[in-house]
Amino acid sequence: MINFEKFTLDNGLRVIVHRDESTPIAAMNIIYNVGARDEDPEKTGFAHLFEHLMFGGSINIPKYDEPLEKAGGENNAFTSNDVTNYYLTIPEQNLETGFWIESDRMYQLAFSEKSLDVQRNVVTEEFRQTHLNQPYGDVWLLLRPLAYRVHPYQWPTIGKEIGHIQNAQMDDVRAFYDKYYNPNNAILVVAGNVDTGEIYKLAEKWFSPIENTGKNERNLPVEPVQTKPRFLEVKRDVPANAIYKVWHTCNRNHPDYHATDLLSDILGNGNSSRFYDQLVKNQKLFTNLDAYIMGSFDNGLFVVSGKIANGVKAKDAENAIENELNKLATNLLAERELDKVKNKVESTMVFGRMNILDKAMNLAYAEILGNAANVNFEEEKYRAVTAQKLRDTAQKIFQPGNCSTLHYLKKN
Amino acid sequence: MIIQDFRKTAPLRGEISSVKLPTPEVFSLDNGIKVYLLNSGTEEMMKVDVTFEAGVVYQEQPLVAHFTSKCLIEGTEKLNASEIAEQVDFYGAHLDTINTMDNAQVSLYCLNKYLENLLPVMQEVVLRPVFPEEQINTIIAKSREEFLVKMEKVDFIAQQAFQTLAFGKGHPYSSSIVAQDYDKVNSELLRNFFRDHYFQGEIRLFVSGKLPKNTDTLLNQYFGAHPIFPQSHQVIIPATHHKPVEEFIPKENAIQSAIQIGKLFINKLHPDYHKVKIMNTLLGGYFGSRLMANIREDKGYTYGIRSILLTMLKAGMFFISAQVGADITQKAVDEVIVEIEKLRTKLVGKVELDLVKNYILGSFLRSADGPFAMAELVKGVVEYGLEMDFYNNFVKTIKNITPEEIKQMAVKYLQPESLIKVVVGKK
Repeated sequence: MINFEKFTLDNGLRVIVHRDESTPIAAMNIIYNVGARDEDPEKTGFAHLFEHLMFGGSINIPKYDEPLEKAGGENNAFTSNDVTNYYLTIPEQNLETGFWIESDRMYQLAFSEKSLDVQRNVVTEEFRQTHLNQPYGDVWLLLRPLAYRVHPYQWPTIGKEIGHIQNAQMDDVRAFYDKYYNPNNAILVVAGNVDTGEIYKLAEKWFSPIENTGKNERNLPVEPVQTKPRFLEVKRDVPANAIYKVWHTCNRNHPDYHATDLLSDILGNGNSSRFYDQLVKNQKLFTNLDAYIMGSFDNGLFVVSGKIANGVKAKDAENAIENELNKLATNLLAERELDKVKNKVESTMVFGRMNILDKAMNLAYAEILGNAANVNFEEEKYRAVTAQKLRDTAQKIFQPGNCSTLHYLKKN
Repeated sequence: MIIQDFRKTAPLRGEISSVKLPTPEVFSLDNGIKVYLLNSGTEEMMKVDVTFEAGVVYQEQPLVAHFTSKCLIEGTEKLNASEIAEQVDFYGAHLDTINTMDNAQVSLYCLNKYLENLLPVMQEVVLRPVFPEEQINTIIAKSREEFLVKMEKVDFIAQQAFQTLAFGKGHPYSSSIVAQDYDKVNSELLRNFFRDHYFQGEIRLFVSGKLPKNTDTLLNQYFGAHPIFPQSHQVIIPATHHKPVEEFIPKENAIQSAIQIGKLFINKLHPDYHKVKIMNTLLGGYFGSRLMANIREDKGYTYGIRSILLTMLKAGMFFISAQVGADITQKAVDEVIVEIEKLRTKLVGKVELDLVKNYILGSFLRSADGPFAMAELVKGVVEYGLEMDFYNNFVKTIKNITPEEIKQMAVKYLQPESLIKVVVGKK
């Protein structure tokens, strides 16, 4: 159970406070309701590039990290297709420094040509390091557009191509900031040995004077239902053949979400999972085989990805995957296996509560998805999934027409 | 827009005057295995680590220590691999094996309520592994494939080359391997390594979390009866006098080069260690470090660059690593040397030094937060035969270190002409 209190400032900023007396560290998490899905298809990678620029200085603070490090703090951020999330941890007595630096960059970012120039290069190097200069690095650049024809999930957060990042202009940057970096488009979570009264005062002082300059109304194209299987084969300079299969699934708030997640656990989570035990260890068809869901806010993907063992034909490997999926769609799960995946969820959740920053992030995520209180009902929702529900959900998802397949093969 | 002058002033900051260090409860099991208990935390969860003097340094051929540790969970006298995996997963636990240069470790993370169900499994894994041949061969083949994938990555190739240059081929602390090494490992070698090195030397248990009352009784029940031989194996660590060499390994089609620059170094046991750790943080150990400020934030040559101190029982290593745009590889290398020279010739300013001191104190405070983190701190000194006072001295050194001392450390340890430089990719 994560206890919390919540209030909203006049400018629309939602603030959530969690008290944990056991730690000398406080965590601060600000989530902005903007991600790669909000980008112009001709200017992709922008939300992520912007995340980098948020560290390039604000009106009163030339370097974001400096005052934080001086106060013994540490921070980072990430951008997903759905949201942009900034977080820091700091010794509790210096928490106000966090309020100062976070509110200043929400109040007025300093836009400098130098910062934009440098971050264009840094992100270009990030693109190369993570998506190009390593084996299988470009998989998602291939898979996303295969699975999504109209929804902006068709590009990864890093962007469709390096050119989009290199062409980013100062005007675009300003417009993006004005539109999305507003108090009513953000949620602030503070966790640590703090009390709500104290946090209320700090929030009033530092965040209340920030005006809203825009309104984020999201109107994204809906991905049409996929009815025919899609297939792509590429050859690259890699040491082993790989296979990737994705199926369209529900969104994060859909009632099928927890069953869908458990299906991926049954197949791919841990050494006793079906994929590992059967296809990797016993049949030796793969050297590794994963199953997971994307957890997207809009309709997401169920992903199976694996490296095929030397000498095994891609088709045989693929048939073995299909066979495991068919079992899930046909047979009811035994009670022990169902309990197993649920027990795993339970311990993952308890583990997540051992860390002050994880708690802050989970609250922020639950709130942006609708209601912070849901953080405390997740385990119950997983526990409520029945064997019948799992079979129904598997039948719904694993339709051949709903699947996109990528064969990523070695040259020669 | 309303002018908001109050934002110009930084809020007052408090000093981190002290870091509350944990005091482990220490006792011995009936057979002499030492236990370090850290009873704290708020959630009903715990961690049990058992460590053996069975790391890479003790092996006679590459990969043997690694696979012995990795394959402990591949079958025991009573349980096969699938049964072990199923039981661990059923109780929502994690059973990990870790192999470092000096140690082998088996770790169990679990909910307190399942401890009694899981200790029997952990006991099997730790006391009675059988290393079944067919399974072991599959694991080795799988790892070989993964190794081949890694050998396509410039940063991994650079690490491997650096290791070989620093220690020399075949040195007990060198972790460099070639694909053929995988063909020479087999289950019998693992069984022999297990027989000769686990239960020989110090065995330690580090148990942390909000611990159930009967924890010590249970530990004794499952680990206290097995005979142990406390006499450590003596490994002869040959003296290393690496040459400051430069090696360039071309990689066709690379769009980034990996660079690794460094040398063998002092370790935790050396009186200068705290000071060089602070110097290292300043140079490349945090986001705002000099290397990051120059090579990422000013020049945009890289997504990230860092400098690292590695400490082993009888060796130490310092290196800087980054992946940089292939076209500016040499410029990036030059800037690294510029930053090292700067440390050696100019005194660090008060503002920067204060910042680094506070950052390290905050970071140390974080590293002592929560029972599992505290257990790591305890382990970090116990293995070296040091006391918890090591950390008090660290805090004292942070507070008192002067710009002159930092410069002295750089002059003493970071002569540019003593460095090994590896570049993989393009020049």
